[in-house]
Amino acid sequence: MMDVGLSHFVVVSALLFCLGLFAVMKRRNAVGILMGVELILNSANLNFVAFSRYVQHTIDGQIMATFVIVLAAAEAAVALAIVLAMFRNFGNVNAATATSLKR
Amino acid sequence: MELLNLNIPSWSDLAYWRPEAILCGTFLAALLGDLIGRGRRPAISFVISVFGLITAGAYSVAAVLHGGAAHTIMGDLIIVDGMAAFFRLLFILAGLATVLFSWTAEEIMGRKRENKAEFFYLTVLMTAAMMVMAEARDLLMLFLSMEAVGLVSYVMAGYMRTSLRSTEASLKYVIFGAVSSGIMLYGLSLLYGMTGAMTFDGIRAGLLAGEVNGLSLLITVILILAGMSYKIAAVPFHFWCPDVYEGAPTPVAAIFSVGPKAAGFALMIRFFYTTLAAGADPSASAPLIELINWPLLMAVIAAVTMTYGNLVALRQLNVKRMLAYSSISHVGYLLMGFVLLTDAGLAAILFYLAVYTLMNLGAFFVVVALNNHIKSEELDDYAGIGFRAPWLGTMMVIFLASLTGVPPFAGFAGKFYVFTAVMDRQWFWLAILAALNSVVGLYYYFRVVKAMFLTRPAEGADTTPLKIHWLQYTVLAVLAVPTLVLGFWFGPLKVLADQAIGLLSTGM
Repeated sequence: MMDVGLSHFVVVSALLFCLGLFAVMKRRNAVGILMGVELILNSANLNFVAFSRYVQHTIDGQIMATFVIVLAAAEAAVALAIVLAMFRNFGNVNAATATSLKR
Repeated sequence: MELLNLNIPSWSDLAYWRPEAILCGTFLAALLGDLIGRGRRPAISFVISVFGLITAGAYSVAAVLHGGAAHTIMGDLIIVDGMAAFFRLLFILAGLATVLFSWTAEEIMGRKRENKAEFFYLTVLMTAAMMVMAEARDLLMLFLSMEAVGLVSYVMAGYMRTSLRSTEASLKYVIFGAVSSGIMLYGLSLLYGMTGAMTFDGIRAGLLAGEVNGLSLLITVILILAGMSYKIAAVPFHFWCPDVYEGAPTPVAAIFSVGPKAAGFALMIRFFYTTLAAGADPSASAPLIELINWPLLMAVIAAVTMTYGNLVALRQLNVKRMLAYSSISHVGYLLMGFVLLTDAGLAAILFYLAVYTLMNLGAFFVVVALNNHIKSEELDDYAGIGFRAPWLGTMMVIFLASLTGVPPFAGFAGKFYVFTAVMDRQWFWLAILAALNSVVGLYYYFRVVKAMFLTRPAEGADTTPLKIHWLQYTVLAVLAVPTLVLGFWFGPLKVLADQAIGLLSTGM
């Protein structure tokens, strides 16, 4: 049996963060990009919870994580509404096609 | 072990938080008024919003006049001090001017399918959220307030929901915004792990107490800067700025160019000043700033931002887009005040922000007023427009001259203070670069003036005088007169800015 310590959490969250960043850069689909953002937010959440358990020994970090979960939901609602508006106007949800504005 | 260090908020806290509470109430009342009017009576929401903003403004002025020490309220999450009071006034001015001016803007009121009332109460909500950004003293409130401003602005950018350009603007805004705030949150979580504290003061104590690794602190600061430079549109997080300003309705672009930017600066001032620089003991602050080479980092960001914004603005033929790049270059000038995190530099930022709010809002509003008649923001369509609307043209000249930084106008005083703040500490190359950039600015600002007053309109073009609404003239005059007066009578504003920063350094 291996003891799970702080470093394990931090490594997992760093991996999640990198995966999320990779998804954001690689995906062309707007919904795919938003999924990458969720990964990034959750990697930070994992950090907050782990640090609150191992470093600070209070629940400040867990409260923060709870708020972030709620905010992530609110942000997803707004972002998906905008993606829906984009689908109505452009006929697809590919972020690369939204180039009507000058470069 | 105490799990919860709770400091229960009490109702008496609200006494220090009246403007914000009033604005939240105004938002709800205007929303209700819109529902009662079944979405067809924007006047109800307009009147409620204007009254709410004026009441909140009156309470903010009263708070400034009473002065007094800093108060930490809402369970230590929020601090109400001189700097918060300064930014309250700034945001209410920007919000009120935008609401009043939009009442006569065709881009908002002329739309068929959108609910016009939405625009007014969203502006009120954004004003309240920006005020909280200037008051946050805890990582939780920092993130919550930034997201609140962000969520409202994503919706406002996409106000014209049947327009291709507006939808695209809000899509770009929401995607860039979500990614950069996610990156910032990861940085905040690392900072929390390093110091075990949520409040800015606690983070500072943690950083000073523990053996902090310079490299990990630098990475953390860069991650946090990513989210904040997105809010203020500093290079390399500026991509959204020109597209959003061009695609969003012009009144929305007007408040975006001053409100969230100023709020971002307020947050940066409080966060980085409290965590990295000490007000009371300069001997202890030097290592933290030196550890991550903060001055060089900020100097490079400032230099790149102002130069990039200026050089790209040179090529723009769309006035809105030109103003977007010019606002990027102004962020570069403002960032110069951050290089040393000194009181003088931060006070210079506050002064410049106040002046910038007046002149940039004014320039955008002139674009709105012209758009009502000529339905275009292209430079070519501005030919000879100065003779069709002489007062409007004159005010545009005042705002653009002030943006350039020509001596008798307020922009000069603002630049002067920022430049001296860096020259005091021997950062001459940065000051020289900024001065050169101001000269470049002269070219593209005066190209607009040239088009308005010196170019003949095309053959057969309409040359009848334009009818400008009295409300528009009133708002523009309220912005233009201080832009002129502050150029030579800037003492009181300077004192206010100095006091705000002075309280910040002693109020801890």
